[in-house]
Amino acid sequence: MAKITLSKLRHSYYPDPKTPEDYALKMIDLDWNDGGAYALLGPSGCGKSTLLNIISGLLVPSEGRILFDERDVTELAPTERNIAQVFQFPVIYDTMSVRNNLAFPLRNRGVDEATVARRVAEIAEMLEVTDILDRKAAALSPDNKQKVSMGRGLVRDDVNVVMFDEPLTVIDPHLKWKLRSKLKELHQRVRATMIYVTHDQTEALTFADQVVVMQDGEIVQIGTPVDLFERPAHTFVGHFIGSPGMNILPCETQNGAAMFRGQQIALEGDIVPGEGKRTEIGVRPEFVTLAESGVEAVVRKVSDVGRHIVVETVIGEDRVAAIVKENAPAMGETVHLNFRPDRTRLYRDGWLATTAGEAAQ
Amino acid sequence: MKTENQRAWLLVLPVLVLVAFNALIPMMTVVNYSVQETFGDNLFFWQGLDWYEQILRSERFHAALGRQFLFTGLILVIEVPLGIAIALSMPRQGLWVPVCLVLMALPMLIPWNVVGAMWNIFTLPDIGLLGYFLNHTLGINYDMTQDPLAAWITIVTMDVWHWTSLVVLLAYAGLVSIPDAYYQAAKIDGASNWAVFRFIQLPKMKTVLTIAILLRFMDSFNIYTEPFVLTGGGPGNSTTLLSIDLVKMALGQFDLGPAAAMSLIYFAITLGVSWLFYTLMTKDDLN
Repeated sequence: MAKITLSKLRHSYYPDPKTPEDYALKMIDLDWNDGGAYALLGPSGCGKSTLLNIISGLLVPSEGRILFDERDVTELAPTERNIAQVFQFPVIYDTMSVRNNLAFPLRNRGVDEATVARRVAEIAEMLEVTDILDRKAAALSPDNKQKVSMGRGLVRDDVNVVMFDEPLTVIDPHLKWKLRSKLKELHQRVRATMIYVTHDQTEALTFADQVVVMQDGEIVQIGTPVDLFERPAHTFVGHFIGSPGMNILPCETQNGAAMFRGQQIALEGDIVPGEGKRTEIGVRPEFVTLAESGVEAVVRKVSDVGRHIVVETVIGEDRVAAIVKENAPAMGETVHLNFRPDRTRLYRDGWLATTAGEAAQ
Repeated sequence: MKTENQRAWLLVLPVLVLVAFNALIPMMTVVNYSVQETFGDNLFFWQGLDWYEQILRSERFHAALGRQFLFTGLILVIEVPLGIAIALSMPRQGLWVPVCLVLMALPMLIPWNVVGAMWNIFTLPDIGLLGYFLNHTLGINYDMTQDPLAAWITIVTMDVWHWTSLVVLLAYAGLVSIPDAYYQAAKIDGASNWAVFRFIQLPKMKTVLTIAILLRFMDSFNIYTEPFVLTGGGPGNSTTLLSIDLVKMALGQFDLGPAAAMSLIYFAITLGVSWLFYTLMTKDDLN
């Protein structure tokens, strides 16, 4: 187990990168604390798999260093880093039994058979695969195969970090939930540093203590699931996390106040001084209410998703979603929207530009 | 109510005609010959299973069969590992992939009798490139028209040259279908190169290798053109493989009855061994 430090990391798949667009990873400075459960969240192509492969040693970064407990491992091969990785598609050794699959990483490192047997039994019990230990791995169902490949990652008790690269992609929805909670439970039992890469916000938010959100090769926010939900540092985070995502409305600033279509919108706190090309108001649908007075909007679509009702409205060309519990308006109806001030923020060029108000503290 | 439409049989008819002319009728002709004696003029005398007994007891057949198994065994033992080794060392991506693939496919594109003629000239002691080099430069006495060992070395080398590519291409197809994640996982699990081959590459190549071994077995067991052009079965009878012997008997001696019996036995052996190979190699998948 170790603390992992990424220092001034940049990576490009081109031999001679020039513009920032040539970089798959633009500039990453990040610490992963020992024993933490992290999620790396971002859309496809944001560079999260690149980052993962750099940590595991399958890729050598163009620039920057990786430290495991202050030891520079940038140039080391995966075997020398002592890490474990679980891939998107279950990787199992078809011709071996489940038991031999789990024992494989230990035997390759010359661990004595007594220890191998003990560790395999422990891990099998944790993953609930004890009764299929002697079955041939090729014949397993996808979720059991993925359990076996997770098991191979966890069977060594001295790994620095266990990395999961979208491990639930091929798992049936009803088993996804089970495996996800299994993973969480495993983390609490083995206390290894775990990094979970996904583009699925539910997976990230349920697994991780800390979520790192990436976009276009950059980290846009690091925080607890609550932080990301309540106070997105960037409109991308607001939009990417949440269902539906945060409402983003173009606005102007006049004398320290945000004006949206001629109306002043109350914000959580003061606007941080600065210059920018574009200012926007961000408010989550959860904090938009329908009221007697307020911003006028026309209802475009109403969808009942079970727990609540999502009301999609339009104000001119701008779309605003609101979440209501009951009494949904009809389509085409004109409504008045209220934004809860302590949850309403200003973003300048995409980045958060209001100080947290007292209500949010 | 169910409608019976007998006209549908008409649709099966073309296939039936094709199969009949392609396989059933020629095959039945052979069966017909194998149980009768003829002296020409379409006069036949019932002979029962005499020809079969004669062939199965004949030393000539035993010798040819032995040579046939030796030949097929040798080329399988050389071509399969060699093909796998070449496939493993071929690039998986980049500019050299098409170059390698075309180079590999070239020998297979040459007509079989041309291959035989090529190797015949190639190894002639006085004018062939290889023959001249061996005899006159290295001073090794190498003449496949005189020496059975030289003849054997030549036909085996020729077959390896001609057909290893087939194993290479099939094994290569199996290799490129292995996702990168397997190699990455093996690296992380600390697997040695041998373990990667044994537990990832070989199992993933198993299906295509089964096909490769079956094809090579059947083709080499029935091989005729190349050794016929190369050695004509000689010197003496040393390279007279089953098919060459069969042609000698049927067309050389015009012993149609024994030749028919022999070809049916030959067919049964090919079928039986192929079945055995297939069953053994796919046995694990059934469990």
